[in-house]
Amino acid sequence: AVGRVLRLCRRWGEGPRAQTLRLICATTAVQKKNVGASGPEKYTEAFIKKQIEEFNLGKRHLANMMGEDPETFTQEDIDRAIAYLFPSGLFDKQARPMMKHPTEVFPEQRKIQWGEDGRPFHFLFYTGKQSYYSLMHETYEKFLNVQKHQDQLIAQDLPLQKEKRNLAGSRWLTKIELEEMLLEKLSDDDYSRFVQLLQKLVALPCADIEENYIQKFSREVPVQLQKVVIEPLQYDEQGVPFSTGEGKRKTARATAVVYDNGTGKITVNGTDVLHYFPVVQDREQLLFPFQFLGRIGKHDMVCTVSGGGRSAQAGAIRLASAKALRSFVTEKEVEFMRQAGLLTVDPRVKERKKPGQEGPRRKFTWKKR
Amino acid sequence: DDKLLTEPLSHPDFFSVKELFTLKDLFDARVHLGHKKGCRHRFMEPYIFGCRLDQDIIDLDQTMQHLQLALNFTAHVAYRGGIILFVSRKRQFCHLVESTARACGEYAHTRYWQGGLLTNAHIQFGPGVRLPDLLVFLSTLNNVFEPHVAIRDAAKMNIPTVGVVDTNCNPCLITYPIPGNDDSPAAVELYCKLFRMTIIRAKDKRRQSEAVEELQ
Repeated sequence: AVGRVLRLCRRWGEGPRAQTLRLICATTAVQKKNVGASGPEKYTEAFIKKQIEEFNLGKRHLANMMGEDPETFTQEDIDRAIAYLFPSGLFDKQARPMMKHPTEVFPEQRKIQWGEDGRPFHFLFYTGKQSYYSLMHETYEKFLNVQKHQDQLIAQDLPLQKEKRNLAGSRWLTKIELEEMLLEKLSDDDYSRFVQLLQKLVALPCADIEENYIQKFSREVPVQLQKVVIEPLQYDEQGVPFSTGEGKRKTARATAVVYDNGTGKITVNGTDVLHYFPVVQDREQLLFPFQFLGRIGKHDMVCTVSGGGRSAQAGAIRLASAKALRSFVTEKEVEFMRQAGLLTVDPRVKERKKPGQEGPRRKFTWKKR
Repeated sequence: DDKLLTEPLSHPDFFSVKELFTLKDLFDARVHLGHKKGCRHRFMEPYIFGCRLDQDIIDLDQTMQHLQLALNFTAHVAYRGGIILFVSRKRQFCHLVESTARACGEYAHTRYWQGGLLTNAHIQFGPGVRLPDLLVFLSTLNNVFEPHVAIRDAAKMNIPTVGVVDTNCNPCLITYPIPGNDDSPAAVELYCKLFRMTIIRAKDKRRQSEAVEELQ
């Protein structure tokens, strides 16, 4: 197809224009490399062993060169030594010189899967996806096992165990994690079939027998709220309880210290709030957390803020004070604050200008002629 | 080494395959039951004994002969260290066939057959792959009741095939067809048992002969 296009280009016109036409007409199908057809060289066991020996020898030489002890030369030391001896300004980290253990360099799946006489090692080799299908085979075997056990219990008239397995705190492996485990590419269909089989297995009443096997494929899901740790109240010299919080908005960064038993006085960067924020809108922003909790006249606040503009600094101090107030307040009220959006960092920042446009979104004036 | 390979070929039944099964075993395992008259394939008519209440009955005498030939051939292939690939696309027997293959030390493929497995093997698996020397079909049809692609591919690659053909299958391209039921669990378990025993017997005999040769 590309040849035909090239011939067409030549027919259109000789000269420098034909060159550019040829480049544009080349199809992406030709440029895309057929990884399967290029036939990656398969690595034998002996080859990998030799590479490991050479790597260890090289590691010792490197350690001697750097004047360090060869026995305690770790991978990080190797990386540092290589970066020192062969400095490279290349942008792509993968393109810089590196010295890694052969098992990381030569991927597992490229190893030759058959012996000297040509007979493959794995009994499902000819399917193409040997690890995935052997996993399905094993899981189905466990399934049959559990069914057989169930039948035995029924034959002996014993009750079947029906403890509900807690599925709320666990999840199955993701497709990427499964691919890493099997060292093989999976399709979405394959993955969903495997998950369905696991769910069928877990749904059986006597599935506790194969608990060990099922554990390999499930992961804990940490409950969201447990992660956030609310700091306890601190007490200063006079015995007044206080708490600190940090907040940010656009480029402004603020820290706030909220004291209890106060009169509602707010100090920003050493100056009073009325002098620092002349606009009412900014002072409303500062007061919002206290107003929400109904504690307007009860707390004093001392804050420091830098960066950003007027509105950004106000938003930063608001977030900082809300975070500080968490220590004074019950867990339910913390949840109310979170739902009101007082504890969320505002992710909006200035969008960058793009080339070919006047601003982030504004295009240049379109002129008809 | 030459004597090891030529000696079995001089006997008609070197591995005494006939002892492994009797006509009664085949009958008890319901091997003679075929599909209904409407599903009958034209080329299966020579192997059908008759039709009772619209259901085809397979001639077990012919099945005995074909089974003996097929098992003998499998045994010879296994004796010479050939790769045997069990193929079946029946979902109920997938696990059984894979376990049988594992027990024999041979290979199985009871999953979706990718197009170029045999014909494009050097690109799919890598250069230097060894293809199977024998394909054993426990069921010649695939999930949509069409002939399995592997039959045609094996014929293209000059790989001999042994296959259990039911009354709705096409026995044409299979080198050693075995007319018989491929849907009942009893029948398929019987076939798996027979293949497993022949292969293990053949391999044991090979090991014994090699040991005897080494002693001399």
